[in-house]
Amino acid sequence: MRRYVVGRLLLMIPTLVGVAVLTFVVMRLVPGDIVALRYAGSSVPQDVIDRERALLGLDKPLWTQFVDWMTQLAHLDFGQSLWTGHAVIDEVWTRLPLSLELAVIATLFAVAFALPLGVIAAVKQDTWADYAIRIFSVGGLAMPSFWIGIMLVLGTITFFGWAPPLVFTPITEDPIANLSQLILPAVSVGYRYSAVSMRMTRSTLLEVLREDYVRTARAKGLRETLVVVRHALRNALLPVVTVISLEFAFLIGGLVVTEQVFNLNGIGKLLVDAVTHRDYPLIQALVLLLASVFVIVNFIVDLIYVFLDPRIRYS
Amino acid sequence: MEALLRARIAFVFLVTATLVIGACAQQAKPGTSGSPAASLAGGEKPTPGGTLTFVVNAEPPSFDGHRETTFALLHPIAPHYSLLYKFDPNDLTKVIPDVADGNPTVSADKMTVTIKLRQDVKFHDGTQMTSEDVKATYDKIITPNTAAGQSSPRAGAYAVVSAVNAPDKFTIEFKLKYPSASFLTNLASPWNFIYSAAKLKADPRWYEKNIMGTGPFTYVSNTKGQDWVGKKNPDYFGKDKDGTKLPYLDGYKALIITDATAGVNAIRSKQAMIEFRGFTPQQRDDLSRALPNDLAIQEAPWICVNYVVPNTKVKPFDDVRVRQALSLAIDRYAGGEALSKTTIVKDVGGLMRPKGPFAMSDADLAKIRGFGKDAAAAKAEAKKLLADAGVPNLSFKFLNRNITTPYEPVAVFLIDQWKQVGITATHDVKETSPYQADLRAGNFQVALDFNCDFLDEPDLQLAKFWSASKAGKGLNFAYYDDDKLDGMIDAQSRQTDPAQRVKLVGDIERYAMDEKAYQYPVLWWYRIIPYLKIVRGWQIGSNHYTNQDLTTVWLAKS
Amino acid sequence: MTERATALESEAEALARRRYFESTPRKRFVRFWREFITRRPLGAFGLVLVLAMILAALLADRIAPYDPTAISFKDLLAPPSPEHLLGTDNFGRDVFSRLLFGARTALLVGFTASIVGCTLGLILGIVGAYFGGRVDQIIQRLMDVLLSFPLIVIAIAVVAALGTGEDKIANVIAAITVPIIPRVSRVVRSSALSVVQMPYIEATRAVGARAMRIMFRHIAPNVFAPYLIMMTAFLGQAILLEASLSFLGLGVFEPTPSWGLMLRGAGMQFLERAPWLAIAPGVAISLAVFGFNLFGDSLRDALDPRLRTA
Repeated sequence: MRRYVVGRLLLMIPTLVGVAVLTFVVMRLVPGDIVALRYAGSSVPQDVIDRERALLGLDKPLWTQFVDWMTQLAHLDFGQSLWTGHAVIDEVWTRLPLSLELAVIATLFAVAFALPLGVIAAVKQDTWADYAIRIFSVGGLAMPSFWIGIMLVLGTITFFGWAPPLVFTPITEDPIANLSQLILPAVSVGYRYSAVSMRMTRSTLLEVLREDYVRTARAKGLRETLVVVRHALRNALLPVVTVISLEFAFLIGGLVVTEQVFNLNGIGKLLVDAVTHRDYPLIQALVLLLASVFVIVNFIVDLIYVFLDPRIRYS
Repeated sequence: MEALLRARIAFVFLVTATLVIGACAQQAKPGTSGSPAASLAGGEKPTPGGTLTFVVNAEPPSFDGHRETTFALLHPIAPHYSLLYKFDPNDLTKVIPDVADGNPTVSADKMTVTIKLRQDVKFHDGTQMTSEDVKATYDKIITPNTAAGQSSPRAGAYAVVSAVNAPDKFTIEFKLKYPSASFLTNLASPWNFIYSAAKLKADPRWYEKNIMGTGPFTYVSNTKGQDWVGKKNPDYFGKDKDGTKLPYLDGYKALIITDATAGVNAIRSKQAMIEFRGFTPQQRDDLSRALPNDLAIQEAPWICVNYVVPNTKVKPFDDVRVRQALSLAIDRYAGGEALSKTTIVKDVGGLMRPKGPFAMSDADLAKIRGFGKDAAAAKAEAKKLLADAGVPNLSFKFLNRNITTPYEPVAVFLIDQWKQVGITATHDVKETSPYQADLRAGNFQVALDFNCDFLDEPDLQLAKFWSASKAGKGLNFAYYDDDKLDGMIDAQSRQTDPAQRVKLVGDIERYAMDEKAYQYPVLWWYRIIPYLKIVRGWQIGSNHYTNQDLTTVWLAKS
Repeated sequence: MTERATALESEAEALARRRYFESTPRKRFVRFWREFITRRPLGAFGLVLVLAMILAALLADRIAPYDPTAISFKDLLAPPSPEHLLGTDNFGRDVFSRLLFGARTALLVGFTASIVGCTLGLILGIVGAYFGGRVDQIIQRLMDVLLSFPLIVIAIAVVAALGTGEDKIANVIAAITVPIIPRVSRVVRSSALSVVQMPYIEATRAVGARAMRIMFRHIAPNVFAPYLIMMTAFLGQAILLEASLSFLGLGVFEPTPSWGLMLRGAGMQFLERAPWLAIAPGVAISLAVFGFNLFGDSLRDALDPRLRTA
């Protein structure tokens, strides 16, 4: 077991190094740089541009820039944003609470819908309830979540003249202001999220319901609800947990369009801005952060598997 | 800006009473609807207090106005600073002193400009502002310490200055290499924040990350990507005509909202009161329908325009007939009428802003190829020119940036117009950064470029027309060299008689847009500001750079 | 991650064996579809939507009443009427015609991205499973890197590096294809692993068949079910992704008719004044993805009831 854990941890290293190298290479291959953008649309002489480029170290050979960055990383220094000149850590830290909280609310929302509906759909397989739930969930997959968001905003503003607050308030300061900003975006991404989880709940539960031990439980005369909840659902939960965790990891940096529509100052928007600005240190740090979240969540999920499912053996 | 290197005009525009910079600063009276203009002029007595919230749709890179070129810096940050001179918030055609005490005195040889400074100006840290600070500020703008990492993209506009002196504690003196009129205008440049000499001395790049000025509002906080907060500076020197201390507002909060629809929603839900750059006609209509009793609207022609730029270094655009055909194919009047219903472009004009002080008369404009009223005849001529040039089925890639308003609709319009004369233009859309890189590298066939200035001034608007390998380096993306045109631009810059200058500018327009057809405007932009009408004391101008220190803005009790 | 698939493997094995000894392909095909349509009403409904979309795309130039790019200043933002079934946009272009031609763009992007992405994933998955050892390790790590790389960065990078524009739909497709590859290769690999260990593969190998032949003659057909299922699932996802990219200004560009693009510019700006501009493409995207997903679900149930895809 320990060997497995250590092995899995070690495997993260090549993945993350690969991500780091890939980000560096890909971003330098992409044409355009931050200085061109900074002075876009104004008549700025070439020498000012060249000087600015030199100031930011963009004129150095690529390998020097790479070595510099790697050395910084080794010292856990993520450098400064080329756009604002502020520490990358600060830029990220400002946005992280919002993104984390949104991901948590969306997850709660998704689970609250996914589990009961998924169970009903599985238990009542091929009845109208099953069909209705499935159509509802496929709808969640089919509608772009930003589209749902736009419609929600349009709806509330047209009918109530109200739009979510535009400034983030930490939940510790003012829970109502905080939630009224995040609830609509959470619903608009949560629908898709719950659809994904719901489908997984249904299909794994269907599988488990056909297993021998469930039949045995039923044969013993246990109440159906008890069979489903106690015996089947518990075992069906693993893949559902997987889906939920991976979606969670995705939500932290993946809500690019939704954050734009709701004007949320989150990690997704920061990432898009960073890429648009060609703000290399910020992009590199963000991609590494998001990749790490992904890899770590994956690792935790695998560990949960080991602990919860005796059928799985790792060598 | 290097155009201004050439500006050698005698100081004839210097008026003693108020510094009216002649025709340069004259602006068309803004079109208004609702009641805001009336409330500006007087009548209502401003009530102090309240916090103004406004939308800014981009985030400034650094905080240093001398260094940056985006309005996104001016809107949240300008209220922290003073300038030497500024545009009068009550009459944007006039320039008034800011920290200067009265108008400049000019020596007999017109080579020395002396300005007295107010003695009651204090920085936010309590220190008194003196001529040392102004000298340090202008030294930084004119001769940035590049070794220490300072940068000044507009330095070229001050190349006429040979030295900035501080003869006594409250006098500042500019020594010029030759007489220039543009120089005085540039003292009212909205970018030239007065900085503290002490701060600059301690750290030449201090102002990139810190705020400390003499302006009407002090810095409170800035959350990256979210907002910028300022509060009233109780020690601000400004007073209104009744002697009431300025500013009226207790403070302001700028909300950074990049998405256009979210910006509209901010005003609609009354979380913000105004956005100072401009909205589309559609957004204006949505807002006025949603807030019929709370909304006021100001509109004005804008000193911003999109250019069609054929790369003259690339075949067949080296052929003047092809370039003329491209312009002839565009029915600008029909386009202006239709596009003005849906986006921020409207008026047909030459190189100078339509209805502005240098604008050509409609009759003169109509004689230029592509600006005539007979669209069918123009299209026929375009086809003939293309056939003569041997490219009847011309096809090319049309470089554009991926910004919706107004680049996308303008490009869709152009592509359709060109299609009607047999030209196939493929829309080649890039992010702003690679788009800029392509423009600067000459890596395109035809591009949609744009230009925005803070003043109707030929030296500014013609800057793109200097020869590409000389003064127009990095500015002229049509990549031609034309000594004759350089001479013409230089001549208008020296011409001191306003009427004569208008005529010379007209000649340039005819030569550059028609005879040589190097590059030409599509449609001029039109600025529309819908806002909550409790906001008073702010008047729209023909640009979104000046008049942003918020000194005279106040909030009516609703 | 792959370990999690162990439960699936025995199933896949059984399925593969069953399929290997099945009767004639033709008979099987007919029976399959008959059962599919009669027993799975949702799937059949999905199929109808998909076919309708394909028909719209194929016949766009026959049934579209107007040229989708022709500007008409006379009827800007006209509401739906007999002349313009779904109204006109801010350039007076017929929305219905643009929607029909937009189906072409959507299908082109969807099909190409999912077919290319799934096929590359299939190849990498099989190669990894077959060779095992170092080859497998390298492929797996590469796939891990791609998988943990934020989607949006890949998309922006590809689009920015290669450019967008009317003639560059291929780049948008590439941006959408890249993220599909690791997801498919993972699933295919775990299915293929069980096939590789089956006796008949061992036998073929012993007879001296070449690796290529074994991989693509013997293994590939046995992992075809997950491949097909993922393909239908990713078809819908690709269409959605194209809409998101276009919305961010990184996808297809004007004047090309594209549903995502119709949503972005005009759709957003004229939401209130001309809601049909945003509703029509929104509904089209949703119905298309809805159709592909319903169809894909039922196909999965029919082909391989044990394979989980969320």
